[in-house]
Amino acid sequence: MTENKNDKKIGVFVCHCGINIASTVDVDKLVEEFSKYSDVSHTENYKYMCSDPGQKLISAAIKKHKLNGLVIACCSPTLHENTFRRLSENSGLNAYLCEIANIREQCSWVHEDKTEGTKKAIKIVKTIVEKVRKNESLTPVEVPVTKKALVIGAGIAGMQAALDIADAGKKVILVEKSPSIGGHMAQLSETFPTLDCSQCILTPKMVDVAQNPNITLYTYSEIEDLEGCVGNFKVKIRKKARYIDEELCTGCGICVNKCPSKKALDEFNVELTTRPAIYVPFPQAVPNIPVIDKENCLFFQKDACRICEKVCGPKAIRFDQEDEFIEEEVGAIVVATGYDLLPITEMREYGYGKYKDVINGLQFERLLSASGPTEGEVRRPSDSKIPKDVVFIQCSGSRNPEYYKSYCSKICCMYASKHAMLYKHRVPDGHSYIFYIDIRSGGKGYEEFVQRAQEEENVVYLRGRPAKVYQEGDKMVVWGVDTLSGQQITIKADLVVLAQAIIPRNGVEELIKKLKIQTDEHGFLSEAHPKLRPVETNTSGIFLAGCAQAPRDIPETVAQASGSAAKALTLLSIDKIHHLPIVATVDEDLCSGCEICIGTCPYSAREIDEEKKIAIVNEVLCEGCGSCVSACPSSASQQKNFTDGQFEEMIKAILE
Amino acid sequence: MSEFEPKIICFFCKWCTSAGADLAGTSRMKYPPNGVVIRTLCSSRVDAEHILLAFQKGSDGILIGGCHPGDCHYQTGNYKTRRKMLLLRKYLEQMGINPERLRLEWISASEGKKLAKTMTEFTEQIKSLGPIPKFGEKEGEE
Repeated sequence: MTENKNDKKIGVFVCHCGINIASTVDVDKLVEEFSKYSDVSHTENYKYMCSDPGQKLISAAIKKHKLNGLVIACCSPTLHENTFRRLSENSGLNAYLCEIANIREQCSWVHEDKTEGTKKAIKIVKTIVEKVRKNESLTPVEVPVTKKALVIGAGIAGMQAALDIADAGKKVILVEKSPSIGGHMAQLSETFPTLDCSQCILTPKMVDVAQNPNITLYTYSEIEDLEGCVGNFKVKIRKKARYIDEELCTGCGICVNKCPSKKALDEFNVELTTRPAIYVPFPQAVPNIPVIDKENCLFFQKDACRICEKVCGPKAIRFDQEDEFIEEEVGAIVVATGYDLLPITEMREYGYGKYKDVINGLQFERLLSASGPTEGEVRRPSDSKIPKDVVFIQCSGSRNPEYYKSYCSKICCMYASKHAMLYKHRVPDGHSYIFYIDIRSGGKGYEEFVQRAQEEENVVYLRGRPAKVYQEGDKMVVWGVDTLSGQQITIKADLVVLAQAIIPRNGVEELIKKLKIQTDEHGFLSEAHPKLRPVETNTSGIFLAGCAQAPRDIPETVAQASGSAAKALTLLSIDKIHHLPIVATVDEDLCSGCEICIGTCPYSAREIDEEKKIAIVNEVLCEGCGSCVSACPSSASQQKNFTDGQFEEMIKAILE
Repeated sequence: MSEFEPKIICFFCKWCTSAGADLAGTSRMKYPPNGVVIRTLCSSRVDAEHILLAFQKGSDGILIGGCHPGDCHYQTGNYKTRRKMLLLRKYLEQMGINPERLRLEWISASEGKKLAKTMTEFTEQIKSLGPIPKFGEKEGEE
């Protein structure tokens, strides 16, 4: 029995979590162990501490024993720290005197032997008891919320999120990397399972975005830098030079027609065609203002031409324009950076990138689209012939952990069926074949859509992944096996369409680093909790929407975008948020004013008090990383509730 | 006599490695129980003195876990940790402590598997190194 040298009255509460903890940790032994501590005034275990009776039991004990420290040995603090801190506060005990000992995720679930598990659980709880002994009561600093949101990416996800936030009366900054908003959805022909014309349903939304007085749109712009935290982010936006005076340009398009340099590959048509060096990505682009592509412009490359400048009526061409930097303050951020398809160079076995008539799904969308290079007639790229046999290969790069991506790209089963169906509508005497591994058609009306392709549109479905595609004369030979019949299959096709794996947007890694958010192993953004917090990131105030998180279809994307808009709005609806009070402190008697902490702080939260010649902490700016504390050579800096003294005792507790 | 069971202290940051350890738990991955976690907000809070104290008090190994380079929740905390640990490892060598006893790993919130693997490997490694020598004594060469 240790002697109670302090005036602490700690309560230790051990949760069984059903059998989740109790099967590997002897919860009675824990109670027995901690009841030996002189400053542990009360200890007990209970089946579910987080349940209503569990919480009541804790609350009653706080009051009865006048507890001034609380240790809850249960699941990870990411789950119930808030629950128990709130309970603590409501029971008259400062929230920061309550700490969680994680004996589930970091103990009972990862060990099998009960003796070992119990031994480790005791050590874990001991460290937390030591911490609570020296925790102080803290009051969060209140910080006002900047009532404005930033949405990054203006595809359908970003547009939906921006519109929802703007319609709720809050200001939105919408930043899009490309010259126009609209994203991939603008490139699609029709959408499954209803065969709505994609542009017909998208372009009204694009106009809404452009006309909404609460939305400030920055196209052809990127995030340069981000500082601050939830409620008060400071963002620096790089508005890339279009070389056009946006105020003067009327979008008449004469410059585009007269531009003599027409060699650049057209991004919007997925490189099926070329475009001029000065261009508007597509006729319905928002804003309808051209961009000069420096790499292909004769003026920038050879100091010649300047035809656009000569033909421009309102004199809007600005060859000397420079990138502009805009600083904005926002309270919440929605990241909707979208996707790309696995690059063409990667699918060697299918001759992708080598044969002109092996294309990807987005290219086929452009061939089907009324606004596409063939005005909706399906003509193959090599010789513009109408293909009579078209093979669609699913899981091209997806579900292939050995060579490519292990995950399912989710939308390909549906769009391949749609492609095959639309092809039959355009070329009624043509034949379409789909190679698939499984057909995944979960979704409203999806299974019926696939059935329609199979039964009414006579699309041939072949189960198997083709091994190879090679050229023979003007045919693309697809070589595979139908795994249902066991027969080897060779199809001499005129066109092969690959359902390339969906991958995170090219270049998004740079942005992710600036935002300090996390990704999974494939580079898709991580959500805070896979089930219960699907639109939040681990960084509070930053939310997710669309394919930036994982492959998904349009309805799901729109729903998720509205979800993240609602989350952002929740944040923007409150006037003040609480700033974590676990900040750095300075012992005035020990500080020598050496300024090491100032150089260490990433938030400019440390400065010198000129009068006293010592370092001080701006508690509103301090994020509590503690790097200044460990850098302080005289131990003058400490972190509240993470003091050196606490670490010392916690270390000793583990080693006893 | 039973096998030597090393005492290992793990300083894990809240945002990445501790969350990764939670994921290992949720996924019911198994690893040896030797390492006990002290959760910090950022790995950069871990002071050289904490590590020296832990070794002095008989810790056989210390594992620091932080976010991958570029991913630090506090912008640059993990770089500071990396610099500190590099220096500290040199110092440990001079003190006669095998610097392999101090390990720094970048483990993200989605890397439960890496966490379990690191815990297992590090425990094995420390087992093979044997108990930490008493303070002031040099570690025997093997």
